[in-house]
Amino acid sequence: MLRKITVIAVLLISIAMMYACSKNEDELTPEEKKITFSVPANFPAPAYNFEDNKLTNAGFALGKKLFYEARLSADKSVSCGSCHQQFAAFTQLDHKVSHGVNNCQGKRNTPPLFNLAWQKAFFWDGGVKNIETSPLNAITDACEMGTDIQTIVAFLKNTAPYPDLFKQAFGSTEINSQLILKSITQFTAVLVSGNSKYDKVMRKESGTSFTPTEQAGYNLFKEKCTGCHAEPFFTDFSYRSNGLDLVSSDEGRSHITGLASDFGKFRVPTLRNIEYTSPYMHDGRFYSLDEVIEHYNSGVKASANLDAQLKNGIPLSSTEKEQIKAFLKTLTDNEFIKNTLYSES
Amino acid sequence: MKLSQYLLALVCPIIILSSCKKSNDEVTPDSKSTFSIEFENQVNGSPLVLNTTTYKNAKGEDFKINVFKYYVSNIKLSKADGTTYLIPESYFLIDASKAESTNITLKNVPTGDYTKIEYTIGVDYARNFAGAQTGALDPINGMFWTWNSGYIFVKLEGTSPQSAATGNMLTFHIGGVTDPNNTIRTFATDINTANPLRVRTDGKPNMHFIVNAAALFTGKTDISFATLNFTMGGANSVIVANNYANGLFRLDHIHN
Repeated sequence: MLRKITVIAVLLISIAMMYACSKNEDELTPEEKKITFSVPANFPAPAYNFEDNKLTNAGFALGKKLFYEARLSADKSVSCGSCHQQFAAFTQLDHKVSHGVNNCQGKRNTPPLFNLAWQKAFFWDGGVKNIETSPLNAITDACEMGTDIQTIVAFLKNTAPYPDLFKQAFGSTEINSQLILKSITQFTAVLVSGNSKYDKVMRKESGTSFTPTEQAGYNLFKEKCTGCHAEPFFTDFSYRSNGLDLVSSDEGRSHITGLASDFGKFRVPTLRNIEYTSPYMHDGRFYSLDEVIEHYNSGVKASANLDAQLKNGIPLSSTEKEQIKAFLKTLTDNEFIKNTLYSES
Repeated sequence: MKLSQYLLALVCPIIILSSCKKSNDEVTPDSKSTFSIEFENQVNGSPLVLNTTTYKNAKGEDFKINVFKYYVSNIKLSKADGTTYLIPESYFLIDASKAESTNITLKNVPTGDYTKIEYTIGVDYARNFAGAQTGALDPINGMFWTWNSGYIFVKLEGTSPQSAATGNMLTFHIGGVTDPNNTIRTFATDINTANPLRVRTDGKPNMHFIVNAAALFTGKTDISFATLNFTMGGANSVIVANNYANGLFRLDHIHN
């Protein structure tokens, strides 16, 4: 009798082991390196600091898996990573506006994702005020993931290996919206881009220096552009109208504040990695940096809330345009864009 | 996180110490107990029955209620001597469709006689912008705006023949914490000193509040559903919040 039980037990264990082997593809290979959140020397202190969301390798790995999990969307076709592609500095290349479930086209250009830990408001209109709750907007938007957090919680509870991954990350198989959002934040807040040529020049690293053209572009930039695109983030995080249209078809910031003085205003976007984040503007109307620079040179319209600094546009000679463009390309951070730590594995 | 740990470390020995010298009918310093609050949802004195019963607003217009949910938070108790106690992490979502949500329990409250209670109708400013929350504040409860982040403090949905919206819908989602459309309101009521809220180690009193859903539509501004049947934050939500600030809650009685 005892023998029989032993045989059955051995059999069961081997079946379980075989099952475990077959599940290997679902398991996460833990990152070998300890995941850290590092503040570049030329950056100020961040707004988000992981005090209430302890950063761990398991938490980061789970957050990354969720970020690239298309089954979270209504038709299981769209993940966060679909519209936030690493090779485009986590925006979506060649898409004027976000392209969500059921081929729905959203109304605004996907913002790139990096240095979010320094940001206090999110999206083009600043409607979301905490990085942790930012994914909820994309999750629920009918033209993005078209679902709700309740459905996602239920899906993850019933889908291996998620309960195990939550246990590794948070010590319990409990899955709730808070833990989902905190783990995604362990991924998104760690996305720091601060190793561009510009950064290395600023930090005087290993003798890196601008070329004469880049330096001329930087001088022009400081003279004409930093009023909005302030260093080191190349945005002052304010909301402004840059005169794209006489009357904006998108109300912008006023959708959030209800103030007429905010009509047609959008958050000043960062210029970091701009070489890779085409198309540009809240509606993705410009495909090239040349078009963007030409807008400021000759295309600014007298919109109702036009930023005072743009009243006369930013007149630039053709040499100056090339110099500014050369400088903008020093904001490209290839180490960030090619860092396999952030890639879908 | 750190602060709460220190607090816990501080409170634990106090509880242990105080439980040693607990006597039955005296209020011992530092002892703690429990009380509960029942929220009885009504409409102008009649019981609130979702989906079926027809009510009248102050303008005499018929309406039905399908959804009625609201937050009560930051519950603060005062004693006659003016000392106050803010119940930490007191966030509650009352949902007329969930009977168990209408009776809330407050634990670890210092014993004593309380003569005033106040609380936020909604969620305080800071928590609207804090990170991912759980429990009553979990966005899963359908009381969180994702596109303009912040909580819906009071949600009433229903129908009225006077509403010109699709399906004669009434949609009142009240929230928003920034001026000029701040809808955070505080409710406060004195408790009869002859029958105060007596929190005792051997007594767990129950406070009974009447909640009048129709208070959204009357008070400072009587609302006609012909002109206002939809609001999700903004100036119209302020009109509704100014109405319910005074009329939504009424302390009916206390079982000590």
